[in-house]
Amino acid sequence: MKSLGSIRRSFAPWADPASKPFISVKNVTKKFGDFTAVDDLSLDIYTREFFALLGASGCGKSTLLRMLAGFEQPTSGEIILDGQNLAGIPPYRRPVNMMFQSYALFPHMTVESNIAFGLKQDGMPKADIAERVGQMLKLVKLEKFAQRKPHQLSGGQRQRVALARSLAKRPKVLLLDEPLGALDKKLREETQFELMDLQQELGLTFVIVTHDQEEAMTMAGRIAVMSHGKVVQVATPAEIYEAPNSRFVADFIGDVNLFDGTVTAAEGGAVRIETAGGIPVRMASPEKLADGARAAVAIRPEKIRISRQPPAHAPVNAAEGEIWDIGYLGDMTVFHVRLKDGKVVKASSLNAVRAVEDPLGYDQQVWVSFGEDAGVVLKD
Amino acid sequence: MEKWSRFNIASVVLGFGFLYLPIVLLVIFSFNESKLVTVWAGFSTKWYTQLWHNQGLLDAAWVTIRVGLLSATCATVLGTLAALALVRYSRFRGRVLFSGMVYAPLVMPEVITGLSLLLLFVAIGLDRGFWTITLAHITFTMCFVAVVVQSRLLSFDQSIEEAALDLGATPVRTFFAITLPVIAPAVFSGWVLAFTLSLDDLVISSFTTGPGATTLPMKIYSQVRLGVTPEINAICTILIGIVALGVIVASIVTKRREVQRERDERAAVAASG
Repeated sequence: MKSLGSIRRSFAPWADPASKPFISVKNVTKKFGDFTAVDDLSLDIYTREFFALLGASGCGKSTLLRMLAGFEQPTSGEIILDGQNLAGIPPYRRPVNMMFQSYALFPHMTVESNIAFGLKQDGMPKADIAERVGQMLKLVKLEKFAQRKPHQLSGGQRQRVALARSLAKRPKVLLLDEPLGALDKKLREETQFELMDLQQELGLTFVIVTHDQEEAMTMAGRIAVMSHGKVVQVATPAEIYEAPNSRFVADFIGDVNLFDGTVTAAEGGAVRIETAGGIPVRMASPEKLADGARAAVAIRPEKIRISRQPPAHAPVNAAEGEIWDIGYLGDMTVFHVRLKDGKVVKASSLNAVRAVEDPLGYDQQVWVSFGEDAGVVLKD
Repeated sequence: MEKWSRFNIASVVLGFGFLYLPIVLLVIFSFNESKLVTVWAGFSTKWYTQLWHNQGLLDAAWVTIRVGLLSATCATVLGTLAALALVRYSRFRGRVLFSGMVYAPLVMPEVITGLSLLLLFVAIGLDRGFWTITLAHITFTMCFVAVVVQSRLLSFDQSIEEAALDLGATPVRTFFAITLPVIAPAVFSGWVLAFTLSLDDLVISSFTTGPGATTLPMKIYSQVRLGVTPEINAICTILIGIVALGVIVASIVTKRREVQRERDERAAVAASG
């Protein structure tokens, strides 16, 4: 098989104003009694996209997915799929299929009948059904298990049956609700890449719901970070990680150091900020911020350097502190450095060399520093 | 194995004796040669052969079986629907009232159920007989079916129904292709329960019966008033046999399915690990 790199690199329909979205969620609100699960949410998803809805439990991501599938109706707003308004269309007439978190395999049917179920509903001729089921079994490598019942399969096998069943009808969109949640870590990682390759191979649109940020970052082309029924940011994994648009996103995705402060000057593509701890920071910022405005600087731990000597640009973008905690993870080490004002800064460094002659130890006086483009400035 | 203390042995013997001594006596005396019920005069099966010539008893048995089959089947359909409504549409108005009303006959004294049904049948001018008994039995066995099916539905993974809808099955097809096969064991045991209850009901049948529709329990009861005969013992022994057989078969079927399932699951885990 050919590598998918070239397709992945050039695929960015959201950046092209001429491309039409495949799924359009327009001002959708969903209320359950007094509780607003989805709050005036708008979203565009493009054809062949691998799109992730990411958020903590209760953020409304599953409700949104269930509205796409037709199990819930929006309280207001509309969902357009491929030019068709989905309002009032029941789940069994929608050109989407869903893979359920619990897999929802039919316990009284064999693997084969499970996969054939959707095709039978369409009245497909028997011979064609048999052929398609064969293809699906081959795709998920379960040919030997065709006659088994779901309870005779392991968790990973059940997951693949569920996938095959939801793909059998060749839906325009596949919805995946926490599809890997029940698998153990190793199997989950393998399956993530399998799913990505499958999606590219079949040329389908995947919408996945997950609370696992690593999963979303690995698989998705774009991620919508959700909180309290709203979309906080929609962007590629790299943008979400490197340029979060809010404190929430910066904090939710990965680890981050947040320095609160006040803008003292704006100069060229950068701003000067005096942090609460007294560190003068100069940070690149495309946006001009007014003097005196409250702002926060968000810097990822791996972009913070630790040194024994003060860097050349000190005291700007640098602070002195003491190593407080060390977490050795094998591939990298995480240092917690306590600054003079008591603030703890997280810095991680890659263990690129096997043996370090003079490693940093507890209670050592060190300098933490960062470059002008290491972080982002977030408005309050 | 744990050692049995004297106290434990005593309580088991007492408990089982209390439950089964009367039944054992009845079974033993059904094989009594003598016409006197309480005097043992040797082993004989003559009362069983004599049963076949007692047209009154045979008629009553036939009525009972017909009532049982028909009422159990109708009660199973209605009870299953009620259970579905209660479990699925948990948000509808008046659900608490509805569920209370479905279960009320469970605790309602039979005399009251019987009397109220009798009043209803008289009021609407329905001739009492086979059909009124059947209707009455449907009424009071339905709630038992609802309870049994409802407890199964509560542990039912509703996402499999959603999966069926998602794959293009209409709600009606989903019910018959997915829901019903999965809850079938519960529906079946609901049916068996309803049939058994109908089989040995005396009070409600007595209230709602009419000429020509005498069920077996009614027949037995009326004959006992003239004195217990070994013939009655014989027919009761047959009834006990039927019920016991049903219970044993049902439990073996369930047990075997469980064991098979456990074995399969273990095999699957071993194969994947």
